[in-house]
Amino acid sequence: MNGKSGILFEPVIDRNPITLQVLGVCSALAVTTQMIPSLIMGLALIFVLTASSAAISSIRNHMPGNVRIIIQMTIIASLVILVDQFLRAFAFDISRQLSVFVGLIITNCIVLGRAEAFASSNPVGPSALDAVGHGLGYALVLLVVAFFRELFGSGKLFGIEILPLVTEGGWYIPNGLMLLAPSAFFIIGLMIWAIRTWKPAQVEQPDFRIQPHHGTEHA
Amino acid sequence: MSEQDRRPAAGWLARLAALPNDSVGKILLVTITLSLVCSVLVSSAAVLLKPLQDRNVELARKARILEVAGLLEPSRPIEELFQQVESRLVELDTGNFSDRFEAGEFDQQIAARNPQLSRALQPSEDIAAIRRRANYSQVYLVRGEEGLEKIILPVHGYGLWSTMFGFLALSGDAQEVRGLVFYQHAETPGLGGEIDNPRWRERWVGRQVFGPGGEVYLRVVRGAVDPASAMADWSVDGISGATLTSEGVSNMVQFWLGEQGFGPFLARLQEEGV
Repeated sequence: MNGKSGILFEPVIDRNPITLQVLGVCSALAVTTQMIPSLIMGLALIFVLTASSAAISSIRNHMPGNVRIIIQMTIIASLVILVDQFLRAFAFDISRQLSVFVGLIITNCIVLGRAEAFASSNPVGPSALDAVGHGLGYALVLLVVAFFRELFGSGKLFGIEILPLVTEGGWYIPNGLMLLAPSAFFIIGLMIWAIRTWKPAQVEQPDFRIQPHHGTEHA
Repeated sequence: MSEQDRRPAAGWLARLAALPNDSVGKILLVTITLSLVCSVLVSSAAVLLKPLQDRNVELARKARILEVAGLLEPSRPIEELFQQVESRLVELDTGNFSDRFEAGEFDQQIAARNPQLSRALQPSEDIAAIRRRANYSQVYLVRGEEGLEKIILPVHGYGLWSTMFGFLALSGDAQEVRGLVFYQHAETPGLGGEIDNPRWRERWVGRQVFGPGGEVYLRVVRGAVDPASAMADWSVDGISGATLTSEGVSNMVQFWLGEQGFGPFLARLQEEGV
């Protein structure tokens, strides 16, 4: 893939921000107990990432190098507040479920990472595409993690019952671990393994190899 | 004609924009402009959306009150259903109704931070771990054909991670629980978060509140309630895997039904009626 579609689609799997770059994992652990909040979180991040990348790219030629991180953070933080305000006004229940994690998009490494690595040195169009691509990659991982966590943790998908729970008179005993943050670690770990098996190019070269032991002392 | 002559109005702006990016002037220009733009965006969003947000909070609260009162009907608007509920303000220490504030306007959480409207609790009294208690609280009354049907009390107390806010509904004679619902908490989903589970909340319905001497007997026990126990009528099953949250709910209920909470109001109600 190259050109525009490359910029847009490469980050979805080939350069996925979570599974390859291992960025933005914090919120992937926190909001993925259910599908709906994960979807909204993904959309919120796509919006913040795209708008901030476009804004930063549009002023890249006037960006003072000394204060560029502060400028980028100001733009990102303002956009996150906007999203938070809109969610509270129009999607109140979801904003309550996401609670602080909408605000924490500010600290999501993907956003500042794309601002620094791409938007600050590329024109507006490609920067926006790159941002949408990374946002899609993030949202995809969130949805996959949430799929397993909601299905096995509470027997539902998008709040609709799939596996009837024992507590509701069904047969499925929910896996409580799926509702706790560590399960997202396991799922993301398994996803990274699966993707790198499918695409061995993503496997990192080891930084060093442990040499066989050549000890001289003998017991 | 030079460039300058053709665009005199844009001249100073173009000169500023042409400054080297790391000069002091350019840094000030960029940061100040950006701050202005961002603050206008953020503050206009906050101001314009505020009425909608406040309405959402209020509707969510009313929906919970209606739910615990058993009046919630998904097909009908909440505001209309809420007409059946009477909001009153109670002075907690005396148990009398008060007109000091509009019942709809009073915010117990804000009042609890105001020294004139609240009282610090002694550690021995503060079983619900709320530290300060407002002197007033709303109560919501539902009247039926045979007088008072339900009394709905706002309650809050500390669970495992968070302060849990909810409503406790009692029968008109304040002897039986009619329901319990939480509208805000941050307990562990799947464990303490099961306080939202309708099946658990159903267990509260029909429990007795006061023992023979008027003390609050209602509580959450560990594990399942033994039906043979003398306290069975006053006990609710604990949530497995959420001992501390269950204890928090138990303490919260004990506090708010007791002397420091709505005890005086409920006692007056039983003696005099409303």
